[in-house]
Amino acid sequence: MNSSRDNILNNLLKHSIENKPSKVVEKESHNPLSSKKKIESLKNMLESVRAEVHLLTSNSLNEWINSELPKRNLSRLLIGNDTIQSNLGLTFSDDFDVTFYTENIEKWKDKLFNEIDVGITTTTGAIARTGSLVLWPNSEEPRLISLVPDVHIAIVKVDEIYETFSEIVEKQNWSENMPTNALLISGPSKTADIEQVLAYGVHGPKELIVLIVS
Amino acid sequence: MSQVNLFTKRINKALSNNQLQTSFRSAMSYLMEGRLKRFPDYDKLQLSRTKSNSIRANSVSNLGDLLVTLENNLTKNGVKVHWAETATQANEIIHSVLKKANAKTVVKGKSMVSEEIELNEYLIDNGIDILETDLGEFLIQLDDDKPSHIVMPAIHKNKFEIARSFADNFPDLEYTEDVDKLTQQARLVLRDKFSHADAGISGVNFAVAETGTLCLVENEGNGRMSTTVPNLHIAVTGIEKVVEKLENIPPLFDILPKSATGQECTTYFNMISGPRKDNEKDGPTEVHLVLLDNGRSRVSRDTSLNDILNCIRCGSCINHCPVYVKLGGHAYGTVYPGPVGIVFESLTQGLDKAGALTSACTMCGACAQVCPVKIPLPTLINRLRNESIEGVDSDSVLGKGSLKKPIESSIWKGWRFIYSNPLVYLLFVKTMTRMRLLVPTNIGKWSKYRNTPKPSKRSIEEIARSEGFINE
Repeated sequence: MNSSRDNILNNLLKHSIENKPSKVVEKESHNPLSSKKKIESLKNMLESVRAEVHLLTSNSLNEWINSELPKRNLSRLLIGNDTIQSNLGLTFSDDFDVTFYTENIEKWKDKLFNEIDVGITTTTGAIARTGSLVLWPNSEEPRLISLVPDVHIAIVKVDEIYETFSEIVEKQNWSENMPTNALLISGPSKTADIEQVLAYGVHGPKELIVLIVS
Repeated sequence: MSQVNLFTKRINKALSNNQLQTSFRSAMSYLMEGRLKRFPDYDKLQLSRTKSNSIRANSVSNLGDLLVTLENNLTKNGVKVHWAETATQANEIIHSVLKKANAKTVVKGKSMVSEEIELNEYLIDNGIDILETDLGEFLIQLDDDKPSHIVMPAIHKNKFEIARSFADNFPDLEYTEDVDKLTQQARLVLRDKFSHADAGISGVNFAVAETGTLCLVENEGNGRMSTTVPNLHIAVTGIEKVVEKLENIPPLFDILPKSATGQECTTYFNMISGPRKDNEKDGPTEVHLVLLDNGRSRVSRDTSLNDILNCIRCGSCINHCPVYVKLGGHAYGTVYPGPVGIVFESLTQGLDKAGALTSACTMCGACAQVCPVKIPLPTLINRLRNESIEGVDSDSVLGKGSLKKPIESSIWKGWRFIYSNPLVYLLFVKTMTRMRLLVPTNIGKWSKYRNTPKPSKRSIEEIARSEGFINE
């Protein structure tokens, strides 16, 4: 059954006889952004694609969630587990219906698709220049929290904002430890497939709320 | 009917459709303006293009090694790698993986390679229910249509046509011509499919050899849904999509969305390096990658043609092509239209099947100027035009000389004879200038859109002499 493999490999150009450049060393030179500028850029870029961004402190985070979500009629929350919740210093009032993602998706797919309003996740960083959140979903914070619910709330630590994608890949040494799934998220789901008219909330979250916590 | 006649027929059809031309003009202007806004600094853009070109050129000149590394790392990560020489093989592999997993319903993310192998048709014939989930592709599938652009597949449709199609296909939904409402209706229909599908199929934008990672670029979230919700994920990609290192990805992901749709970056960049691990709670438990050759390895061996394999499928050359904008994508009759399509399809299918496309180029050079990976498209098209008539010695090109016409050949042969024999030449020039009035004004297709050239009263040599030039 490996004959196709061998045929393809044999048929390919044998090693670069041509002097095609094997590697580009040149790094882009620019003045690095200050941390204040990074926050500003992240916020502007995210807002330009209709994400909502708030700058909070670790104390005001809990207050914001508990007061803002009821105003928007969002009560059915999904969060990884209670450790994630307590690490973020979150205590939800009794008005919320909180679900922890502690069971395999097969066991509760219908509920996830139909009975959750908001997914709350942490991030492993953010990218200022492009307005991107970086998520490495794992067993504690599975992949679908940031995808299926109508609203995704992502919490970014202010000291984890990097300037570029290259920078975060390098500084966090991604090439040595890629997770099952790594994601960049830059805004709510959108499409322009009908007459180039921008429409939000096609398949993923309709709203993305980014809470930058200092 | 010959490929040339068929192509002409499709061209005439496209040129007589005003609505189509209006749609394409407005869509292409939108995409061109969007791109331009993202590259305000010319020098920076050139630097970025050079960088992207070297990354891709490095991949193409080391494909063999990189594919083996990719396979090893993916296998280590738990992804099953398959190799397909042809479209049929790829379809059979995908079908057998689905069958083994007893998967009957499939949700699919946008993938041009799956169009190339006509995967939907194959699977449907084999009793598999496969649904396109990218909004544009979904609209295409509803109407049993074909994409007319590689990035925006449904640009040939207006919202009224889409509204009618929704009304026909989903009679329970309220009729609407509002784009937001149509989008929400599609969300509703497709969400249900995502949650129940047995398998997801996707393409791949970049495959990283070093880490065994499959990268997917998208805005809608259907790609993430298709690769995360079902238990089985099958990715299918052309062998040229591999890159050596993870650090190659940020520069490519920087230039791709800017060139394609004029976005700073897309909503999602999804990097998949394996199936669900034991303690993980979602994601597919089984991931497969099908590596498709379909003529690519043959093209890779010709170092003056293999630049086409640098392509990252942004569609920028298509957006800037003055021929594409008049014809639209369907006139090409191939999966990939526009400049990239002319080269890619002529090379992979062979000039005897798709070589007629090489005439759909004005050699204006816009495509080469905007290409983020610096593919010299007009040069390649010119080479292929030459191959389709003369056919030089390269085993990378199929159907060499297939567009050669006896009458055209004899004209050129005569031309060569006249111009290489001074006496004949003098006689020819004398005759042509003296008998100029006998040259017919109507010389078939040439004079349909152009003025027929008439020889002047005196040859250039005679003019030069009378002006006092001797032996210049």
